[in-house]
Amino acid sequence: MTDTGVFFIYLAIMAGVTYLIRAVPFVLCKGKIKSKYVRDFLYYVPMAVLGAMTFPDIFYATGNYASSIAGFVVACLLAFFEKSLLTVAISASGAALAVELGMMLIK
Amino acid sequence: MVNFRKGLHDGIPIALGYLSVSFTFGIQCIANGLSWWQAFLISLTNLTSAGQFAGLGIICAGSAAYFQMACTQFIINLRYALMGLSLSQKADGSLKGIHRWLTGFGITDEIFVVAMGNKSEVSNKYMYGLILLPVIGWSGGTFLGAVAGTLLPKVVCSALCIAIYGMFLAIIIPPAKKSSAVLRVILIAVVLSCCFKYVPLMKRVPGGFAIIISTVAASALGALFFPVAENDAKEETAQ
Repeated sequence: MTDTGVFFIYLAIMAGVTYLIRAVPFVLCKGKIKSKYVRDFLYYVPMAVLGAMTFPDIFYATGNYASSIAGFVVACLLAFFEKSLLTVAISASGAALAVELGMMLIK
Repeated sequence: MVNFRKGLHDGIPIALGYLSVSFTFGIQCIANGLSWWQAFLISLTNLTSAGQFAGLGIICAGSAAYFQMACTQFIINLRYALMGLSLSQKADGSLKGIHRWLTGFGITDEIFVVAMGNKSEVSNKYMYGLILLPVIGWSGGTFLGAVAGTLLPKVVCSALCIAIYGMFLAIIIPPAKKSSAVLRVILIAVVLSCCFKYVPLMKRVPGGFAIIISTVAASALGALFFPVAENDAKEETAQ
């Protein structure tokens, strides 16, 4: 359990930084970003950050390699066929759950 | 009021999607030892997925890593700065000053995309309507998830923890299919992130910084070696 005081400091930092990044450019900007390099950099950031956050952590997500890999494979397949975020997320969990329940039965 | 109602209407599908993803955030908070009110407060004040999941990891790592937290949130959420810039070009005369400070809070990937999808410029009332339900969906879903996390069997909770990664894959795989540049940038980020997990010396870098370094390096290399054609960038943003 995280100390409550420490939690509120983290909360303030998270919320403050996130809010300022959103609001300040929105309030201040009247023109367009001129640097092509900066625009391209910002264009790639969302994809790169999600890639870095997903791997390798997805293989540890359920605390069990077999069910994590099952969820990963199902998510990749459905995402490749461009199913909705909700479908992919729920199916990945379903696959992981099926494998975990299967393993419990075998034991 | 017409504008406000149109905003509310456009926000309904976003709110429903948020309800389910924030549910898994609530569960994960409980699994990591936070209380339901802490999970709820994080969602109410942050209104973002990737940043909150990364932030939860840092909070639960235990040490007072405040600088790491600030840097992580800054980099992960940097995309919102770009969206704020784009949205500022789409705002009509009523959406300025204090209204921008207030609606700026609600710039998320989905709200941004829907707002930009309007044919005409958007007003302050439209933005308030558009933001309201997703905020309720996101924080309400977190609360429900946190409560469920204390009630559901452990095996269901741990299976649900993979949902967020499934959502991330659903976001990055379709554009990677269409653009080899995007695919390469993602692969660079993934390889770096894996190095920070497994390579002996790099393993010592805390998780939040590993994500920042991987992201910045991959995006910088991408911008340098695979410049985006203007049309491609517009198409991606419109999705």
